[in-house]
Amino acid sequence: MTTHPSPAALARYADPLADLDEVTMWSVETHLEDCADCRARLSVGDDLLDRVAAAVEREIAAGPPPVRRRRWSAARNRWLVWQLMPWLVMTLAVLACAVLLQAVRPQLPSLVALLAPVAPLPGVAIAWSRRHDPAWELIAGTPAAGLALLLRRTAAVLAVVVPALGLAGSRTGVSLALALLPCLAFTAATIALGAVTGVRRAAAGLGVAWVLGVVLPAVLTMRQPVVLQPGTSGLWALLTLALAGLAATRAADFRRLSSHN
Amino acid sequence: MRTVSAAETAPTTHPWAVDAEGLRVRAGRHLAVDGLDLTLGLGVHGLLGPNGAGKTTLMRALATVVKPAGGRLTLLGEPADGRADLRRVRRGIGYLPQQFGFYPRFTVREFVEYMAWLKEMPKAAVPGATQRAIDRVGLTAKADARMKTLSGGMLRRAGIAQAIVNDPALLLLDEPTVGLDPEQRLDFRELLRDIGVDSCVLVSTHLVEDVVAACTDVVLINEGRLVHHGTPDDLAAQGGAGDAGDSPAERGYSALLRRHRAAGAATPEAGR
Repeated sequence: MTTHPSPAALARYADPLADLDEVTMWSVETHLEDCADCRARLSVGDDLLDRVAAAVEREIAAGPPPVRRRRWSAARNRWLVWQLMPWLVMTLAVLACAVLLQAVRPQLPSLVALLAPVAPLPGVAIAWSRRHDPAWELIAGTPAAGLALLLRRTAAVLAVVVPALGLAGSRTGVSLALALLPCLAFTAATIALGAVTGVRRAAAGLGVAWVLGVVLPAVLTMRQPVVLQPGTSGLWALLTLALAGLAATRAADFRRLSSHN
Repeated sequence: MRTVSAAETAPTTHPWAVDAEGLRVRAGRHLAVDGLDLTLGLGVHGLLGPNGAGKTTLMRALATVVKPAGGRLTLLGEPADGRADLRRVRRGIGYLPQQFGFYPRFTVREFVEYMAWLKEMPKAAVPGATQRAIDRVGLTAKADARMKTLSGGMLRRAGIAQAIVNDPALLLLDEPTVGLDPEQRLDFRELLRDIGVDSCVLVSTHLVEDVVAACTDVVLINEGRLVHHGTPDDLAAQGGAGDAGDSPAERGYSALLRRHRAAGAATPEAGR
C-alpha cells in the first residue's frame, strides 16, 4: 500500500483544469484503485458518477444482448454425431439381425459373440478419417490433435456399441465378458495398428481378417470357434491390456494426420 | 480491450519465429519443397511464387500439418521436425489452409469456439477471444449464422477468425484474400499490419499488389527453392522496363522468376 496522497494532490487529480504531472497522476490513480477511504475523499463534480453510470447503462441497453451460454456442449461433437449416425445405426441393425437370427435358428454358433469384435471398427474408422472430416487440415494443426482426440472419438463410438452389445448378449445368452472384451481388444488393436498403417486401413484389415479367419469357418462348420470358448475371457482381457499399452506408446504417430488416414 | 498476461510480455529467447535449414517436404511422391533455407522474424511476410512453386506445401510444413522429409525446422524456438512434441509450438500457431473445410451446421461462433477449444485455450478465455476474433474480421453481424449460409468471402473471414483466435505468435495464411471484395481486402491489410506488429505473419498469395501494400518482407520461391527474400522495394528494384508487368513490383517479380528459370535451365542438375 502506498502512502495516502495529500488532499491537494487529490483535488488537483479530480480537477480537469489543473495541471498535474504524469508521475503523480499515475501514483494517485493506482492508489485510488486500492484505497476506499481516498476514493470517498475524492470529490468529483456534483453528479459526474451518476451521469457516467446512467450513460453506461444506456449503452448496455442499446447494445446487442449478451450471448447465451450453452450448458451442454453438444455443438462440439455435433459433426461427429452426424457423421457417425449412419454407421452406428448400421452396426445396431446388424446386431439386431444377429439376435433375431439366433432366435430363429438356435443351432447356429453365437452370432453376437462372432460380431462383437468387429462391431466398433466402422465407427472408429470414420471417426479418424481425413475423407470424412471436412476440417481435418485445421484440426491436424492444433495442439489437441493426436491420440487424445482419437480416444475421445473412439469413446463416443464405444458409448453406443458397448451397451448395444451388452443388451444383445444378454438376449442370446452370451457372457458379458465374451461380448465386450473382444470388442475392446479389437478397438485397441485398430489404434495400435493404425499408428503404422492409418486407422482406416487398420480397421478394414482387422475386420476382413476376423471375418475370413473366424466368422466364416464358424458359420460353415456350425461350431463355436476356439477363440470364443467360455474359458478364453482371461486371455482376451490380457490381450486388451497389452494392445492398449502398445497403442499408448504410439502417441507420437498420431500428432499429424498422415496421408494414409 | 483485454488483459495481457505475463507470459505474453515475456521476452522471446529465439531469434527467429521460423528457422528452416535445407528444408525438404514431400507432397505425395513429389518433393515440393527442396532444400529451402528461410528465416522469418516479426512482421508481415508475403510468400509469392507461380502455381506449383511449393507455397501450399511449405505452409503445411510450417503449420506442422505434414512432416518434413528432411532438413531442420525450428518454429518459435522449438524443433518442429521428426517426432518432436508439437503441442507447445502448435499453441502459438494460427493457420488458415488454402481449402479449408468446415462443418456446415456450425454457426460462426461455434466454429471459432471449437477451434479455440482444440487450440487448448483456457476455458474461461474462449468466449471473449472468440468474440474478439469475430469482431476483428468484421463478422459480428453474422456471428450466429450457420456456416453453410455464408458467402465465399465471409467463409474466408471466418477462417481468418479461427486462425487469430489464440493470438498466435506465428500466423500462416494460405491465400487469405481469395473471395474478398476490394473494401474487405483493404480492411484485411489493416488487420495484417496490426497483427504483424508483435507476431510473425506469413501470407501466401498470387497478388503482387497485396504483398507490396501490406507486407514488410517478400519471400519469392520457385520449384521449392528460395529465389528472393527482401523488402517490397528490393523486389521493385529488380525489374527493368523490358519485363512483363504493370507495376514496378510485378516487373521485379517476373524478372526474378525469368532469371531463376534461366539459371535452372543452364545447370539442369541444380534445378532438380
